[in-house]
Amino acid sequence: MNLLSLLGANLLRKPTRTSLTFVSLAIAFLLFMLLQAISDAFSGGVSLAGMDRIVIDSRYSMTDNLPLSHVQQIRSLDDVEQVTHMNWFGGYYREPRNSFATYPVDPVSYFDIFDEQIISGETLSRFRNIRISAVASEALAAHYSWQPGDTIPIMQDIFPQENGSWSWQFELAGTFHYSGGQLLLINYEYFNEAVAGWGKDQVGWLVGRVADPPEVDAAIRKIDGLFENSSDPTRSTTEDEYRRRFASQLGDVGEISSMILMAVFFTIILLTGNTAAQAFAERVPELAVMKTLGFSDRAVAALVLAEAIALCVSGGIFGTGIALLLEPGLNANLGGMIGSFEMSGRSAAYALVLATLLGLVVGAYPAVSAMRLTIVDALRER
Amino acid sequence: MSELIRCTNVCKDYVRGAESIRVLRNVDLSVAVGTIVALMGPSGSGKTTLLNLIGGLDAPTSGEIEVDGLRLDSVSARHLARWRVRSVGFVFQFYNLLPVLTAQGNVELPLLLTDLSRSERKRNAALALDIVGLGDRGRHKPGELSGGQQQRVAIARALVSDPRLLVCDEPTGDLDRQTADEILELLQTLHRDLGKTIVMVTHDPKAADHAMVTLHMDKGKLASQDDQAASALPSARTVA
Ligand SMILES: Nc1ncnc2c1ncn2[C@@H]1O[C@H](COP(=O)(O)OP(=O)(O)O)[C@@H](O)[C@H]1O
Ligand SMILES: [Mg+2]
Repeated sequence: MNLLSLLGANLLRKPTRTSLTFVSLAIAFLLFMLLQAISDAFSGGVSLAGMDRIVIDSRYSMTDNLPLSHVQQIRSLDDVEQVTHMNWFGGYYREPRNSFATYPVDPVSYFDIFDEQIISGETLSRFRNIRISAVASEALAAHYSWQPGDTIPIMQDIFPQENGSWSWQFELAGTFHYSGGQLLLINYEYFNEAVAGWGKDQVGWLVGRVADPPEVDAAIRKIDGLFENSSDPTRSTTEDEYRRRFASQLGDVGEISSMILMAVFFTIILLTGNTAAQAFAERVPELAVMKTLGFSDRAVAALVLAEAIALCVSGGIFGTGIALLLEPGLNANLGGMIGSFEMSGRSAAYALVLATLLGLVVGAYPAVSAMRLTIVDALRER
Repeated sequence: MSELIRCTNVCKDYVRGAESIRVLRNVDLSVAVGTIVALMGPSGSGKTTLLNLIGGLDAPTSGEIEVDGLRLDSVSARHLARWRVRSVGFVFQFYNLLPVLTAQGNVELPLLLTDLSRSERKRNAALALDIVGLGDRGRHKPGELSGGQQQRVAIARALVSDPRLLVCDEPTGDLDRQTADEILELLQTLHRDLGKTIVMVTHDPKAADHAMVTLHMDKGKLASQDDQAASALPSARTVA
């Protein structure tokens, strides 16, 4: 017998009560890990870029397409120096968990607009001239060890080909420098030709550069005015503004996650705190006996506190462990939708710290009460 | 015979709000090593209070208490706690065992405060259980033992660190006649074979028969010990 076995025996005193507390703790920490991963996935996507660009979107929603013909019309405006278009493609490489941003683009205007993404002239001309070609960011090519000339199969879940196939093949023309991580660009001309009828001659959004940056607001009004009365009205914003709006939506996700977590942990503190207080009240005479035998006030308080921490930390480890076990499955199912769904070691470390803090908070009242307990009064109370 | 306990002019007040109640009034007491003392008196007369002071669980309001050479009234609570580990064993009316520990675990508990090794603790606890006749019940939890057996475990726990003094507060108060007699026999044996000094609060006249000195307490006052010595003699004869 030692103090550790006494601690264990105390935790198992009321197995049902302890198990219920343990399970709620585990669920809270599972939830913590999931929300943390979602929050990470959403905040990972925002990167830095130029200031003088404008993004032209459907007025209806960020996800509505625009007709390809808008590109020519906008290009013809004097206020616009250059414009390029992009589509959402999605899909995955070999396995659903291998997902990354993929856009069908017009090679020349794309690299003209996104001039911070650097491509060699040689690679760019291969990208233009080989119909089925694609270019990968250096990070992406390195991740899958792709070499120029490799065939890259991309499995689709949104865009079938005209021939009915969901599997697309691209030939890697080369790589380009991009500081934002994994990105695959495919040739729009080929995409537009091969995609099923309903997807043809559509673009997701346009990105342009205005001729006179200080006059960007005038340019925006002119562009949107052009399509005001068409069936596909646009909404143009500076890229900066666009990113701010996007980031504020991401911010919302983060905020909602933290609110849910706060509610969960508030409940857990009440629940576990109540259990700990109850367990303490039942043990007053026992703690008094320990003091009678010569255990110091501090030793008794430490025992009570250690029990609370042990319960919270073991529940926390269990919940975190389950989350880590679920991770591969969740990543396969959700990863494609929200980038990557990963439980970082950092989140797991947070969870442990949080569990310890929780134990301290929950155990504080019983521990202080145990410390203050006077033997004579406590023994008389029974 | 040398003196183990000496109380001089001990008073104890309990303060409740603005009110202060004097529970012990100028108690003088001297107990020689190797004595069994029975402390009797009506409920509320201050017996438990006096026992708690002698056992170093509480401090007197005034007066001196010396036990085994230590002035209990002049040391800190921490010091008292450390002193209790080796110097005094407690037995209560309701046994006060830890329900989550086995009999063996309960008896080992006070030894966690000593520097004995794990195996020494185990051995000493087993020995103490043997002495109280429960050598074969070490693995049982208190809930699986009868009242008399639980009290034996409690006595083993009081014995295990080999203190000179045992203080017992109504040790047979919760037991039937036969079991109570067995417990009294056991205490008698501890006195005879191990030389323990025992101070025992009791309402049981039979318990008093086992004692060499019977003290009467009333409203916080102890009838003078000299008077007691006379009345204690017949009891002592009965025992012998
Ligand atoms: N902690 C305390 N606070 C206030 N009064 C107390 C306290 N402890 C004991 N008393 C009072 O002191 C008196 C003596 O109590 P006690 O020593 O337990 O008597 P006995 O053991 O002889 O029955 C009682 O009147 C009791 O109510
Ligand atoms: Mg009493």
